Amino acid sequence: MNEVAIEVEAPKLARLLDATYRPTAEQAAALVRRRYARERALKLAGLTGLAIGVLALGLLLASIVPGVKAFVRHAIVLDIEFDAAVIDASGTRDPREMAKADYQELIYRALYRLFPEATGREARRELRSLVSVGAGDRLRDMVLADPSIVGSTQRVAVIAASNIDQVLKGSIDRTVPEESRVVKDRTLAVIDRLAEQGRITREWNKSFFLTGDSRHPELAGLYGALIGSAYLMLVTFLFSVPMGIAAAVYLEEFAPKNRVTDLIEININNLAAVPSIVFGLLGLAIFLNTFGLPRSSPIAGGLTLGLMTLPTVVVATRAALRSIPPSIREAALGIGASRVQAVLHHVLPLAMPGILTGTIIGMAQALGETAPLLMIGMNAFIVDVPRSPWDAAAALPVQIYIWADSPERQFAELTAGAIIVLLGFLIVMNGLAIYLRRRLERTW
Amino acid sequence: MKRLMLTATAVAVVAVAGEAMARDQIRIVGSSTVFPFSTAVAEQFGRAGKFKTPVVESTGTGGGFKLFCAGVGESHPDITNASRAIKKSEYEECVKNGVKDITEVKIGFDGIVVAESKGARQLDLKIEQIWLALAKEVPKDGKLVANPYRTWRDIDPSLPADKIEVLGPPPTSGTRDAFVELVMDVGCQKFPEIKALEAKAQRAACQTIREDGAYIDAGENDNLIVQKLKANPKAMGIFGYSFLDQNRDALIAHKINGVEPTYDNISSGKYAVSRSLYFYVKNAHAAVVPGIREFVAEFTSDKAMGPDGYLADKGLIALPDKMREEVRNRAANLEPLTM
Repeated sequence: MNEVAIEVEAPKLARLLDATYRPTAEQAAALVRRRYARERALKLAGLTGLAIGVLALGLLLASIVPGVKAFVRHAIVLDIEFDAAVIDASGTRDPREMAKADYQELIYRALYRLFPEATGREARRELRSLVSVGAGDRLRDMVLADPSIVGSTQRVAVIAASNIDQVLKGSIDRTVPEESRVVKDRTLAVIDRLAEQGRITREWNKSFFLTGDSRHPELAGLYGALIGSAYLMLVTFLFSVPMGIAAAVYLEEFAPKNRVTDLIEININNLAAVPSIVFGLLGLAIFLNTFGLPRSSPIAGGLTLGLMTLPTVVVATRAALRSIPPSIREAALGIGASRVQAVLHHVLPLAMPGILTGTIIGMAQALGETAPLLMIGMNAFIVDVPRSPWDAAAALPVQIYIWADSPERQFAELTAGAIIVLLGFLIVMNGLAIYLRRRLERTW
Repeated sequence: MKRLMLTATAVAVVAVAGEAMARDQIRIVGSSTVFPFSTAVAEQFGRAGKFKTPVVESTGTGGGFKLFCAGVGESHPDITNASRAIKKSEYEECVKNGVKDITEVKIGFDGIVVAESKGARQLDLKIEQIWLALAKEVPKDGKLVANPYRTWRDIDPSLPADKIEVLGPPPTSGTRDAFVELVMDVGCQKFPEIKALEAKAQRAACQTIREDGAYIDAGENDNLIVQKLKANPKAMGIFGYSFLDQNRDALIAHKINGVEPTYDNISSGKYAVSRSLYFYVKNAHAAVVPGIREFVAEFTSDKAMGPDGYLADKGLIALPDKMREEVRNRAANLEPLTM
């Protein structure tokens, strides 16, 4: 093999050694052509890679664009009579009693008044199915904010039911035959009449951002998952970053170079590549079964994700520390600083941009992680917004997973909406990483 | 820094131990098929405002029993959902771990449908035809041979000449268990060659699904199957009735043994491929965790699981009136299961 290589190379070598060798114009032109061809090939390969990347990104964005529909919803404007007999039968205006009243009934009455011809049981049921089962909450909030409206009639926009919203958004095809359509002809006619009267409005879907999960897509929100994710990130950060940086500083600046530290180093590097589901099992065994942390809680989830992020932080911190020129340490030691002072006052601050970038990328990874959370029971339907890391909570990626698996049609839209929010969250985190790196960066 | 972290962790653990003793929120695990119904009840229950909204986790029927039977105490769930009845082995595991009194509550039926995207001709499939299409080995000339059928027409000339391509749930799914029990085990009995086998070999021959690409494991996510059917008009899918109900404009369900999977047919038991859905309550927890009895009452009320209840809107098929009454009474008294 070697001999062949030398044989081929020999004439070239001879040419190089021969000071008098001059290629002919033809040879030189061929050489130049070859060089350009290689350059073009390299550029082409690069461009192809880039094009595939851009295409994939484009497809991803195109597929989540329908998610913006989740940010608006339809409401039906009705003339609600705030009947004192329903809201406040005892006449005491006691807020606790008024909070429990059947506001849904007020909405149904307004609908029956609007469509007096619908008298049968089935027809009335169809009318009731126009509005969301959570529509009455708005009336309750109005009454509690201003009890003087009891007894009056007000125009209120109440949230439409999911299927109605889907018809108005065009996600339910009106042209398919009635028997295979979720929304029947009679209901469509009612919707059209409401639209003619200008009683259908679009509004900003506040509950998508301000409430927890729900089985009713028009009421389901991301807030519980957002708070859950925030708690998760907090616990992950507190657990992995101080410990990771401390471990890296020790390994890089203080530890003796011997077999033990070599072994530790290899292990940490390998740990960074362990599949996340394995950390989930570890979290299940340690945090739930041994320590008895509550299932589905951000504290258990955060510690699990922290275990997963720890090696990433250690590796990134070590790389950042290694990139600081030894002259910095030596100068500090030379003017009498102790080793701890040299590290804490000089090396660590200079390494900060690198450490932060690595940490934030590790955290962003943890934010998008689902598999380990499934193992510790965060794949759950949780309505209440968590008030501490010990409460049961969902997380953004898990919420996406749950919605994607729900049969009701509108959840597809919500899934895409939640993906947009998650991507936004990630962009903010990565943006922060870039900003901090720019700000703290130092050149020598 | 390290010491600080250790201290913090220790404090956290102690704090948690204290917290875990005082659970005031119902915890539910179990079947992904029952999940949409259980969550709807949980939400309604939480809405009333007296108790916290229960946390419902979708772990699959088998996984649910594993967690449920692990013991009594506040770190174990109170209720598990199941798309089949509890097995004897699971019950014994429960008893072994001190979970002695369990109440079984039947909530309704779920049909398993074989559907195709809209535009396909509605077929009338026989159970044995489905078995022939999906079994790994089928009888031919008195012998068991590797399934030779490529198209539906190969099985029966009246069926279309489309390639056999069926998307269905994976072996971990309760829907798959039920499908095997209701279709595969029943379909194979029509063939004397299979009947002649001894029990164990017969079971294997009946239940083993072909692995040559005609049956595709589509994951636990039924929505995914629905999406794939829309994209591939020639493929068929196997999934729960509730998904058909929500996607009527895009899917058409085939008749099985001449019966169409409609609400009425499943409810009356005419449609062959339907199963009961359950949840199980740990009686020992009813006195400790607030709201369990009330939750059971909400679930079994006509407002929820009745024919006009809100679970019917989600695709649950209600039990007959008399049976519902019986289930409600037994559930209210938390009558323990005996096996």
